[in-house]
Amino acid sequence: MTTVAGTPGVGHTHHDDRPFIRKYIFSTDHKIIGIQFLFVSLFFLLVGGLLAMQIRWQLGFPNQPMPGGKLLPETMAPDGVILPEYYIQLVTMHGTFMVFFAIMPLLVGVYANFLIPLKLGAHDMAFPRINMASFWAALLAGLVMLSSLFVPEGAARAGWTMYAPLSARPDLSGAGLGQQLWCVAIILLGLSSILGSLNYITTVINMRAPGMTWFRMPLSIWALFITAILGLLALPVLSGAAIMLLFDQTIGTHFFDPAAGGQALLWQHLFWFFGHPEVYILILPAMGMVSDMIANGSRKPIFGYHSMVFAIIGIAFLGWIVWGHHMFVSGMNPTLGSTFMVTTMIIAVPSAIKTFNWLGTMWRGNLRFHVPMMHAVGFVAMFVIGGLSGIFMAATPVDMHIHDTYFIVAHIHYVLFGGSLFALFGAITFWYPKMFGRLMHEGWGKVHFWLTMLFYNLTFFPMHILGMAGHMRRIYDPTMYDFLKPYQPLNHFISISAFLLFAVQAIFALNFIISLFRGAKASMNPWQDNGLEWTLPNPAPHGNWAEVPRVYRGPYEYSHPDTTEDFLPQSQKLPGDPEPAAASAAGH
Amino acid sequence: MTTADARAMQPPFPAERGVDAYNTKLGMWVFLASEVMFFTALIGAYIILRFGAPGEWARPGTVLNVPVTAFNTFLLICSSVSMVKAYASIADGNQKLLKFWFLVTIICGASFVGVQAYEYLHLIHRGFVPSGVRDGSELAELVANGTLPGASLGLYGSTFYTMTGFHGFHVTCGVISMIYLYLTKVLPGKYTQQNYGGVEVIGLYWHFVDLVWIILFTIVYLI
Amino acid sequence: MKWWLPAPASTFAGPIDGMFTAILIITGLAFVLVESGLIWFVFKYRGRPGQKGYYTHGNTRAEYIWTAVPAVVCVGLAIVSNHYWKQIKGRDSVPPDAYPIKVHAKQFEWLFTYPGPDGKLGTADDIVDVRNKLHVPVGRPVVLQEEAEDVIHSVFIPVFRLRQDAVPGMNIRSWFIATVPGEYDLACSQLCGMGHYKMHAKVTVQSQADFDAWLAKAAQGDIE
Repeated sequence: MTTVAGTPGVGHTHHDDRPFIRKYIFSTDHKIIGIQFLFVSLFFLLVGGLLAMQIRWQLGFPNQPMPGGKLLPETMAPDGVILPEYYIQLVTMHGTFMVFFAIMPLLVGVYANFLIPLKLGAHDMAFPRINMASFWAALLAGLVMLSSLFVPEGAARAGWTMYAPLSARPDLSGAGLGQQLWCVAIILLGLSSILGSLNYITTVINMRAPGMTWFRMPLSIWALFITAILGLLALPVLSGAAIMLLFDQTIGTHFFDPAAGGQALLWQHLFWFFGHPEVYILILPAMGMVSDMIANGSRKPIFGYHSMVFAIIGIAFLGWIVWGHHMFVSGMNPTLGSTFMVTTMIIAVPSAIKTFNWLGTMWRGNLRFHVPMMHAVGFVAMFVIGGLSGIFMAATPVDMHIHDTYFIVAHIHYVLFGGSLFALFGAITFWYPKMFGRLMHEGWGKVHFWLTMLFYNLTFFPMHILGMAGHMRRIYDPTMYDFLKPYQPLNHFISISAFLLFAVQAIFALNFIISLFRGAKASMNPWQDNGLEWTLPNPAPHGNWAEVPRVYRGPYEYSHPDTTEDFLPQSQKLPGDPEPAAASAAGH
Repeated sequence: MTTADARAMQPPFPAERGVDAYNTKLGMWVFLASEVMFFTALIGAYIILRFGAPGEWARPGTVLNVPVTAFNTFLLICSSVSMVKAYASIADGNQKLLKFWFLVTIICGASFVGVQAYEYLHLIHRGFVPSGVRDGSELAELVANGTLPGASLGLYGSTFYTMTGFHGFHVTCGVISMIYLYLTKVLPGKYTQQNYGGVEVIGLYWHFVDLVWIILFTIVYLI
Repeated sequence: MKWWLPAPASTFAGPIDGMFTAILIITGLAFVLVESGLIWFVFKYRGRPGQKGYYTHGNTRAEYIWTAVPAVVCVGLAIVSNHYWKQIKGRDSVPPDAYPIKVHAKQFEWLFTYPGPDGKLGTADDIVDVRNKLHVPVGRPVVLQEEAEDVIHSVFIPVFRLRQDAVPGMNIRSWFIATVPGEYDLACSQLCGMGHYKMHAKVTVQSQADFDAWLAKAAQGDIE
């Protein structure tokens, strides 16, 4: 019987005597770039959270002075009372920061960069310098977006979806420079995304280690690969739309100006043609990483690996032809509405398949509830709610009632927070030792998980009720409406839960920071995982392997009958395993 | 290019078979896919706006200078031909011809940009701007006396300048890249018969930019 | 505070609420199935040292079943949705004899124009630009002809289950039949600027007689 051995000759591919600045600041090492994305994105996650707290203050305690509100300028919150014009900046920038500068870079910027070469057995990405440029472009974009909060007239305020003509007309929205900076930041971010996708796609296609065939790639890599293709093709459309919007605002073009023949709906079609693939960008990597963590935690192969791959591809493909479901009541031709309704109903199916396969993976497993597994299971539990609520919206007649209400807000947050963010908490914990050489504290991780799960559900589940009642989105003062006055106690309750939810994240933040210095030193493979990255020391060295590994099997060979241990790394050779053909092909 | 040459440009470590294209070439194809989507957004918007436009769309040649632009199109097509010849030269190992044809491509490309810049200045002088027609200009008079249908000129200006402007920007980036490669790789003879991927890759980009122009010229100037 | 949909006041509310309930039952069943399965597995299969998991890569038959069942459900829902969608929003769905009211949306108010005694909009006897008051007769089709002056707004009347964006540069119709007399809210449901939150109108559903009386007074300029 075999036991796990590390790959011989592990260490630096060459003596790493780069100066500090080349090693940690202007680094071309995919792992450092991933970590840079991690720190910057966690910062923007905090920014998004602070904006959300202010939104919840106004909704829970309407027109009352906010604690700390006196720090804000008169134009935003005189005497600490949030103004309507500031409120709509808050909702706009909360969505913008969370989608573009927190969740997307956390999933893609961090884990595509960090994991792809490691899990495929490559020394680095195909284009390390372009990779570095991608990070710096993203950081610049984030800073430009942040600066828009501080310009005299304030930030963009037409919602993160930026509908024209409101977004194109400073005279109607009140936002001039702030709105333009939003467009510039988005264009820069689009560039960053495209440069990143270039790397991820080329590396996955051309740089897999010998034996790492397509159907031996871990699902996290499949998901990141498909996501990269989505990003490559969707972000340029957003950039194009943002350019048109910027031109309407600055050089007098008329793309979205009905008075000169432009079309308001043109913005919506362009935005959502990007926007729908974007939301799959925000979930697929999470699904992929959850698969890795659930197989590890269940000590079992993934149930239906091939179906899982086809489901990812199916979701990505169908994601291009559902965008009109954001526009059912927009004035778009109702017949188009019908076609989008059909495609939207169909896209529920691959997600359902994945959910059942995750359950199938846990079935008859030998479940280990380490913190990543808890988060992965939490993901499944919460994502199901988010996915099922989507069915209500897909049904066009029902959507007429719940569109632009808190039902939608509930859906968004169940899939993005209950889904993506829970997956991220798990992933950050799981790959922390590979990044930093130490483990996060397990006990505090569990406390954080349970408290977050509690307050998160208390915050967002009641929003379904608000939506059913017809509570609109982006409303500064719901008490103006007779039909919403009775729901003020629920808004109050949600706000308190949200404050507690935010406060509890301090546990994660402290665990993350303190463990960097005082966390238990990690052994090479603390989770007893099969991935190639776990055959390297913690933290992984520059260049990863001295010699690329050889791969002999798929990624989820847990509890194999022929091994003593309940895991079997991809690069561990058993007697009788043939050498991969590609190892002896040309290449030196 | 032979398989042996392609493999020579692969990373110096063994890997599973991906596609039969070395990394920089694959990367360029992937990048061009994103560029297709970018221009699709701009051209798609143009088509939607034009078909929904109020009144009549200005007829070809009434605002834009078709003959000059036709010559410019010819120039760009010639530059693609010279690019192919440059590529063929180094594939045969001919450094002298590589240098010659590469330079011809740069000159033709730069001239295209120059002619387009001239055309923009002339149009602006006549009163055609991104927002449509400038008050008191030559074109404004044509609108006033009914020669030129004015209702959709705002859209005409918006779409024209955005599409051709971003195309021109892409051509300029291509010319700058080619000048950089010319000075750092072509002139010092760094490309050889065994290693000329850079020429192939910039060539791909250049042909793409040419193809986009042929589409734009047709749907903006001719139809 | 109600924990359910608002009390219905239009003929659309029946089918829409019915679909909502049906979807709630279907998704509720799926929810219970998945979550209880999850919780059961968490307890039943919790790890014991020295044990291994069951080494399997899947089960094709199970995959077929759990692909086909959701697919059939989704197709069924699509068919039902489409049926009601065409009835409510279809190009030809507006009854020809529907009573027309023009809705002019602008930052940050609703201006309603009622046809005068001749029953046609756009004629000299129209009662023009009534601010934030929408009166409709009960029991007969009413069609709102929506237009927007500046940015996108959206007519949302929760009790009617009615929502339709008003888009500058477009003329969009939305129709309904009110069933219960009373006073209700109309809210703007598309972020339209700083005053979006207060773009509020009152909807009054009245008997035909009361409506005619109100209209007559409004024509004199006496709008209450």
